Amino acid sequence: MAEPVARLQMRGIGKSFGATAALDDVDLIVRAGEVCALVGQNGAGKSTLMAILAGALKPDCGAMSLDGSPYVPRDPLAARQAGVAMIHQELSLAPHLTVMENIVLGVEPTRGPLAIVDRRRMRQIAEAALAEVGHSDIAPDALVSDLSPAAQQLVEIARARAIGCGVLVLDEPTSSLTQGDVRKLFDLIARLKRQGIAIVYISHFIEEVKQVSDRFVVLRDGRNAGEGATAETRTEDIVAMMVGRTIADLYPRGTRSRGEAALELDAVVPGHATLTLHRGEVVGIAGLLGAGRTRLLRAIFGLAPVKAGRIRVAAYGGAATPNERWRQGMGMLSEDRSGEGLARGLSVADNMTLSRLEPLGPRGLVFPARQRRAASKWIERLDIRCADARQPVAELSGGNQQKVAVARLLHHDVDVLVLDEPTKGIDVASKAQIYRLIDELVSGGPERPAPHPSGGPETSAPHETGVGRPFQGRQKAVLLVSSYFPELLGVCDRIAVMSRGSLGPVRHVSEWNEHSLLMEASGARAS
Amino acid sequence: MERALAVDGSVGRARVVAARRLLDETGVLIGLVIVALLFGALIGPQFFRAANLELVARQTVIVCVGALGMTMVIVSGGIDLSVGSIVALSTVVTAVLLREHGPAVSALGAIAAGAGCGLINGLLITQLRVVPFIVTLGTMLLVRGAAKGLADERRIEAPITWLNNLLRTARDGSGVLLPTGIWITALLAIAVAFTLRYTRFGRHLFAIGSSERTARLCGVRINRTKVAVYTIAGALAALAGVMEFSKLSVGDPTVAVGLELDVIAAVIIGGGSLSGGKGSVVGTIAGAAIMALIQIGCSQQGLPNWVQQIVTGSIIVGAVALDRWRARVAA
Repeated sequence: MAEPVARLQMRGIGKSFGATAALDDVDLIVRAGEVCALVGQNGAGKSTLMAILAGALKPDCGAMSLDGSPYVPRDPLAARQAGVAMIHQELSLAPHLTVMENIVLGVEPTRGPLAIVDRRRMRQIAEAALAEVGHSDIAPDALVSDLSPAAQQLVEIARARAIGCGVLVLDEPTSSLTQGDVRKLFDLIARLKRQGIAIVYISHFIEEVKQVSDRFVVLRDGRNAGEGATAETRTEDIVAMMVGRTIADLYPRGTRSRGEAALELDAVVPGHATLTLHRGEVVGIAGLLGAGRTRLLRAIFGLAPVKAGRIRVAAYGGAATPNERWRQGMGMLSEDRSGEGLARGLSVADNMTLSRLEPLGPRGLVFPARQRRAASKWIERLDIRCADARQPVAELSGGNQQKVAVARLLHHDVDVLVLDEPTKGIDVASKAQIYRLIDELVSGGPERPAPHPSGGPETSAPHETGVGRPFQGRQKAVLLVSSYFPELLGVCDRIAVMSRGSLGPVRHVSEWNEHSLLMEASGARAS
Repeated sequence: MERALAVDGSVGRARVVAARRLLDETGVLIGLVIVALLFGALIGPQFFRAANLELVARQTVIVCVGALGMTMVIVSGGIDLSVGSIVALSTVVTAVLLREHGPAVSALGAIAAGAGCGLINGLLITQLRVVPFIVTLGTMLLVRGAAKGLADERRIEAPITWLNNLLRTARDGSGVLLPTGIWITALLAIAVAFTLRYTRFGRHLFAIGSSERTARLCGVRINRTKVAVYTIAGALAALAGVMEFSKLSVGDPTVAVGLELDVIAAVIIGGGSLSGGKGSVVGTIAGAAIMALIQIGCSQQGLPNWVQQIVTGSIIVGAVALDRWRARVAA
């Protein structure tokens, strides 16, 4: 059998952001009529590689070609015109337009010198595209916002077909689909394959990869870490390629002794979570993006409704608002640093002290000098690089921004720290500092701030669950959510895995390894 | 390489940061000085005579008082379009109450009515979760209608009291050096500036305006804070109405149509951002003063009203464009 020229070739792709190399000499080759799975842990470089393919980023080096001719997209539009289409996790349809308007969006057929939209042609194109993806049941006149997520995804694939795509990238396409819809999607993928389209399939779920792909390519830390024919490779071997090795001394571990219970969850929905977090320990929740970990944390912290179950923070039972949680001695670090974690326009000092302005002045007043002093203390201790405490937080680097967000919990002197992806998108040096800090907090190390008087006008508000502070002790309790498993294994005392919206049993860290965490999180249950 | 630059230039960078901070705070004052000098050059030194400056102050006092409340609202990321209507309602309420009560009670009654309107704005915004622009667009009509209904669509005559002297020039014996209304405005300006900078409430306003989600994460009671800020803005608008009444000496439900736009313009020229998290009292007052200077300068120069409007419009767009440009250069 003569080997035809591959539909898509990416060779020696490199891309750096500042000092971090996101991609280093990465190859990806996909033939026409082939489904190639692109797998790797979060941060392995999959998104960067796909952004380069889609024309959203320019590679520093390397070459790409489509059907043997060079492919250098100037921007996403050029990529689309060259026949490279992406279906993202979050769909990119205009919800207020109809199905057919969406399908021809940007390439509307027109008529006459005034370029009046030719609605009849539009309908024909849309119907043809829908038929091609085997779903003529979707009405071209329906509003996209009235369709189910699965149908919307089909419309988006139909749109890709309408512009005549030769390469289709599906990024976590099943994350918002039901089981039945997943099967239909797989049928469609098989159909597109027969039509000779080259498909790149990105998924965290190894099961799906086994089911749908012909070949797989593994990325790890921005490099190729293996590839092969899916049918001939065992799941364990794919996982092993994704995992690699870890650095041991990145994760210090002081002597930790478990204290009294600080947070108890009893069958909490969302998350079906039952666990007890004690002072002096770090409990990790492992899971992949979209597994529902963040929703659970938000429910615990009062940012999302608790649908069922009981939450107990030290002496306080029941659900509470974020305001009450802070006063009960619990603080949360958001995974969305720039959208929620920090007010980007405000200064470092404002951001650090926002949850607890009470000690900065008497009776509702805030003295800027005291505020800056309080902030400067943490700037120094956490080695935050900034001009001074008055600098807007948006001007800091990612790692330093994250340290500002963490410093808020330290300024507040909370007992229970709920950390959602604390090291997401930050440099290795800042990561190491955050790991050290977490260890010092639970083992009662030197990062502990001086005790402060409880009270102030706001704390004495007549709310039953928020009066004063529950206990004064040395060690803190940390609940850590991460999709980067090496850090969970390095930092935590106990770990539970969240998969498809429910939390598994909590086990001691020694009972886990990266392998078993990934198997469990991917839904391929380890024995 | 970028990184190396950042490290080497860290001292220079700190200096740049400090310089930019200074420019942020004083930029609008520089604009004010330029406008003043421009008219000084055109009209001559008599433009800076005390009487003329007092005229500017008197002209701008009503916009200023309304703009103090608007500054807080805009800092919190909101907007209040009902200011002009509340001013009108306030003149009517003052006039109606003056028939039966003393001037102090009447003024307080009007302010309470304004605070009530603001409270309704705040409750609608937080409880119905409708954006402030829409809610206050609605209450703008609603309050205007209520004022007309209360006044029976007529001007309401009222007895002459000391309320009418609030904005009288000082030479006729009332007020110390300056009309009482100007002193009241100055004190309020200091109070609002202090609130924004030195109180928890003020810091919470900045936090909500800068990022509501962050404020929520940090336990700021967002609804309570928003209701409070709209209530205060309503009360201040009503105080502006009392001053308007002092000028008119009648209650007029058709007065101050479109005043909210002048008020918003003052805040924006003064460095406030409609996306929230930015704004200052000094800037707002300077913004209001710039507009008053243009108005008075143009009329003393004999320039027709349309020139005045074109100049003011250009300044609004120019001020914001300049701000954007500075932000881009900084980034």
